[in-house]
Amino acid sequence: MAYQVPRPKLNFAEKIYLPSVIAGLKITLGHLWRMLRGKTHVCMQYPEEKWDSHLPPHYRGAPTLVSDEFGRTRCVACQLCEFICPPRAIRIKPGEIPTKDKFAKVEKFPEQFQIDMIRCIYCGLCEEVCPEQAIFLKKEYAITGTSRAAMMHQKEKLIEMGGIQPGVVNKWNEKK
Amino acid sequence: MNAILEFLHSDLFFMIWTTLAKSAGLLGVVLGMVSYTVYAERRVSSLMQDRLGPNRTGFPLSLLGFGIKDWSPILGGLGQPIADAVKLLLKEDFTPAYVKKFYYWIAPALGIAAAIISLAVIPFGSSIAGVPMVIANIGIGPLFIFAISSLGVYGIVLAGWSANSKYPFLGAIRSTSQLISYELALGLSVVPLFLIIGKLNLVEIVHYQVQNGWMLLPGITAGKLPTLSQIVCWIPILISFLVFTIAMFAETNRLPFDLPEAETELVGGYHTEYSSMKFALFFLGEYTAMITGSSLIITLFLGAWHFPGIPDGSMAGWPGVLWGLVNIGVFFTKVFAFLIFFIFIRWTLPRFRYDQLMKLGWIWLFEIALVNIFLTALIVAFVH
Ligand code: SF4
Ligand code: SF4
Repeated sequence: MAYQVPRPKLNFAEKIYLPSVIAGLKITLGHLWRMLRGKTHVCMQYPEEKWDSHLPPHYRGAPTLVSDEFGRTRCVACQLCEFICPPRAIRIKPGEIPTKDKFAKVEKFPEQFQIDMIRCIYCGLCEEVCPEQAIFLKKEYAITGTSRAAMMHQKEKLIEMGGIQPGVVNKWNEKK
Repeated sequence: MNAILEFLHSDLFFMIWTTLAKSAGLLGVVLGMVSYTVYAERRVSSLMQDRLGPNRTGFPLSLLGFGIKDWSPILGGLGQPIADAVKLLLKEDFTPAYVKKFYYWIAPALGIAAAIISLAVIPFGSSIAGVPMVIANIGIGPLFIFAISSLGVYGIVLAGWSANSKYPFLGAIRSTSQLISYELALGLSVVPLFLIIGKLNLVEIVHYQVQNGWMLLPGITAGKLPTLSQIVCWIPILISFLVFTIAMFAETNRLPFDLPEAETELVGGYHTEYSSMKFALFFLGEYTAMITGSSLIITLFLGAWHFPGIPDGSMAGWPGVLWGLVNIGVFFTKVFAFLIFFIFIRWTLPRFRYDQLMKLGWIWLFEIALVNIFLTALIVAFVH
């Protein structure tokens, strides 16, 4: 059986539509008028106004490599982050630290470390999985570039973005 | 040689070049107006919805060395129509493989041609240096406009049919039925006006209004108290104005009558399969039709280029030319005000349901227009 859509009974004023046109215009023009007087709170005008100072400490921006208090890049090239990264944005080429080096005990360091920011989904799993607290998602979110190569963050860039972050991993510190 | 010189001094040549100049000028003004109406539409609608709208694309003043920031609250967004036009021209013009090529190509042109041609009979100004500011001063102005602008539906129907896909087709069918039901009301609603004025020539209708006050506001605009017959005639004129305006909304496919497009139901309606400049032509056509429609309403009911206190361009020498230009300015200001009204309505009302639309057209508007004619005829017979 065909379904009958229940239609409300309209009275004459509703049937000729004109009163409701005027009522509607009152609302929309009211909004227009309030807007023109600058009474309406509009959204943030992005490039000029930013929300940066309100970002919470746990904000997940671009992943970066941090260094410890001696300026050594924390990463030991264990490649855990490379394996866990869901979109496989990380590529690492491990290298060996020469025996005479001050940090010879660490044995490995990343010779190459690149994160493809076109692929990265800012999930933070790399930060989660890192046993060395070497990779952190910082607050930078406006990652743009004019070419694919520019969107490929290399080791130097990652280290520069990460900066120094003294942390709880002290196992490479002889005195602690 | 002599024959050529003679021709260059003849009235025929004078008429030819002034007509060409007027056509080019009017086309330029109207197309410029179209692009800025689109901008106004986006801006006004967003302000009504508590947003800001396109306020960024300015003119690259810093490149020209003005030392101003490109993004400024005043110029911001005014470059948007130009940017849009460039984008539409440069976009890939994609023709799907399954369309009927010939009709698919001809449809957008038909749509815009109808809208532009009907501009020809609109008196958009008084006169400049004795040249009347109307491209074709023909005796049946309104009828010509109705005839031509209803051809515009062919653009929509052909677009819908040739696109060979269901949404455009539905849009085209809706457009046809809408046109049939509203064209009647549109035509009938202005008959009372002609009964009262007794002329069909738009220039003479304007002339009548200059002398006796605008049709819709007879008292104030003529600078004298309205006569009894004017007061009595005002009632049918108001009715005819309302019906005509509503029918004009339907004719130009504007919300609340935009069923042929109905983005929320039909994807994009009749122009779903169009891209790039062909799509833009439909867009241009729609807005040009809006301008034609508003010009017609202004010409018939609101005194065209006339404004109380502003003389027409019949004076000799420079003052005449100046006042002629002012008259043109007045006309386009009125048109723009009406366009803004179109925009207000569009962003206020929801779309009609299809059966409501048909009911409104056939049961209300058609009947009202018909009764209005008899009412006017009686008034004219006994009072006028
Ligand atoms: S944040 Fe997620 S996606 Fe980005 S590099 Fe780390 S693990 Fe990969
Ligand atoms: S950043 Fe951490 S998880 Fe990734 S390779 Fe370096 S030490 Fe391992």
